[in-house]
Amino acid sequence: MEYSCPSPYNEYDKILLAHGSGGRLSDRLIREVIINELGDACLDSSHDGTVLDIPGRVAFTTDSFVVSPLFFPGGNIGDLAVNGTVNDLVCCGAIPQYLSLALIIEEGLPVNELAAIIRSVADAARKAGVRIVTGDTKVVEKGKGDRIFINTAGVGIVPAERDISPTRLKDGDEIIITGNIADHGIAVLATREGLSFGTDVISDTAPLNELAELLFAVTRDIHVLRDPTRGGVASALNEISRVAGKEIIIEEAYIPVDPQVMGACEIMGFDPLYIACEGRMLIFLPEKWSDKVLKVLKAHPQGQNAAVIGRVSNGKPIVKMKTVIGSTRVVDMIAGEQLPRIC
Amino acid sequence: MEICGGQTHSIMKYNLPELLPAKIRLIHGPGCPVCVTPLEKIDKALALAAINEVTLTSFGDMMRVPGSSGDLLGARAAGADVRIVFSPLDAVEVAIGNPDRMVVFFAIGFETTAPANALALLRAASLKLNNFFLLCSHVLVPPAIRAILSSGNAMIDGLLAPGHVCTITGYREYAEIAAEFNIPVAVTGFEPVDILRGIEAVCLMKEEGRHEAVNRYERSVTREGNLLALNSMYKAFTVCDMTWRGIGRIPASGLTIRDEFSNFDAEKQFKLEYINTAEPEICIAGKVLQGLATPDECEAFGTVCTPETPLGAPMVSSEGACSAYYRYKQSK
Repeated sequence: MEYSCPSPYNEYDKILLAHGSGGRLSDRLIREVIINELGDACLDSSHDGTVLDIPGRVAFTTDSFVVSPLFFPGGNIGDLAVNGTVNDLVCCGAIPQYLSLALIIEEGLPVNELAAIIRSVADAARKAGVRIVTGDTKVVEKGKGDRIFINTAGVGIVPAERDISPTRLKDGDEIIITGNIADHGIAVLATREGLSFGTDVISDTAPLNELAELLFAVTRDIHVLRDPTRGGVASALNEISRVAGKEIIIEEAYIPVDPQVMGACEIMGFDPLYIACEGRMLIFLPEKWSDKVLKVLKAHPQGQNAAVIGRVSNGKPIVKMKTVIGSTRVVDMIAGEQLPRIC
Repeated sequence: MEICGGQTHSIMKYNLPELLPAKIRLIHGPGCPVCVTPLEKIDKALALAAINEVTLTSFGDMMRVPGSSGDLLGARAAGADVRIVFSPLDAVEVAIGNPDRMVVFFAIGFETTAPANALALLRAASLKLNNFFLLCSHVLVPPAIRAILSSGNAMIDGLLAPGHVCTITGYREYAEIAAEFNIPVAVTGFEPVDILRGIEAVCLMKEEGRHEAVNRYERSVTREGNLLALNSMYKAFTVCDMTWRGIGRIPASGLTIRDEFSNFDAEKQFKLEYINTAEPEICIAGKVLQGLATPDECEAFGTVCTPETPLGAPMVSSEGACSAYYRYKQSK
């Protein structure tokens, strides 16, 4: 990625502690780099906070982003921070509206990298149709952070007729995944570890609100939505199964995985079921709607590889998988972090 | 008995026992390199990591294997410089990039990892690095199989030989084992169909009363193996007696660094205090590794001992039988 810097923001090319002091440098950084880059994605109130007029039911969520490296194929920490919170709102059935943006910057971060990140925040916010309405910037000493951490919180409006919750899971519900799994995790890992076998896997980071609205246009009768981020599809399914008290059975053969991602997983000893996605959604819905929904999803660029991967049944609250060779096994929650194996 | 832990993992992942006739029972072998690495070496790794000037590099698998007190992840959390590498050559790069650090690579594994670890040592030697060391704990498969078969305890009717080890070593020695112990051997791969083919070959030989070693991993294994890899392995290492965690001392079953490379031998270059090792009493990892018990026969399995709080190494490694059982078989 190239970090182009169209205009000189200030005389410093790296973030200094003074940029977080609240003084003149802070002010210039916020105005010239952050508010300027955010442009129309930002609602500049120049106030301690923002007063919002929101009617009806409101969904509210927060998420922090600490990804390393900051820039990876397909995105960076900026769009990730917007999409992550937008998608959490979407999975509550909400139409995302407003985001906060809090930055914790480590002293020494190149200003042009910060600008590139903020530009991505702005682009992602525009794409998702949300506005950044409040924010905060802090600078910590070198060694006290990892270049930049971002927290975003978001609010969205939940239309009255929508009721999304694991407790609504019904026997016979089908499960759709909107695209290939594990792309984000492998894209980040391949960049972080500088994997020499060279993959060109691209992160799937993307806002899901367009897909969700297409879905709700087909039917309001959606039971659960979940974006399988940390812990991947397996962890998301396990959580839902436990809360709902229902058995979930998935079919290995139907789970869409890019062959390159599969190859990388095999080399490093990972199971793609446990690797994060940042722009995919699991949809639990009555069987009668799944064909129609699948057709609509597949017609959208973000949903081309959408597939029905399993169903809900009345059994013990565990996740099972029918393997490609016809046997059945348990898909458990992961213990700790997945560690690469040696041979 | 499938010898390799990768095969055990595949067997559990695809739940092959469900598809096999009840008469065929798979016994899990000792082929998990992390699991058989002796406690003493792990304690030594922890002691090395605790030295200020040392950067300890390791394969990810070793990070959570419990030593007598704690594991490498815990050491890292406590401030030690412990790094995961994907290749031993990356550890050499760490040494080149950090001339002020003493970089130790924890070189473990079977004949599969030994050639690459040997290459790392030879590269460090050719670069005349004086800040790169191996903590060497290499084991060889055939002597362990001989030990298990001659112990008289194990009820094993056939062997699935480890496909990746045989890719390096070839399978001449496995033919000798087949003849010596009157047991059919099939060199077997890791995909579910590979494993089924291995099982089929062993059953057919059993029915026909043949005691041979056949190759059912043809796309990777030749009879002679990879001579280039073997050459570098024996250039850097020489055969030695070795203690296997959970099994005990087996003559001529390990590899150690040759004398001419002793400058790179962490055990010789760092003063390590006498290490008193202690295994948890309840853990039956030793029996599991010899095929004398299955993981779910252990009273600690899934209760005191889980992947989050492992008592024995087989609960840690992705190739460990206990971890494979826990992950794919438990339905609590």
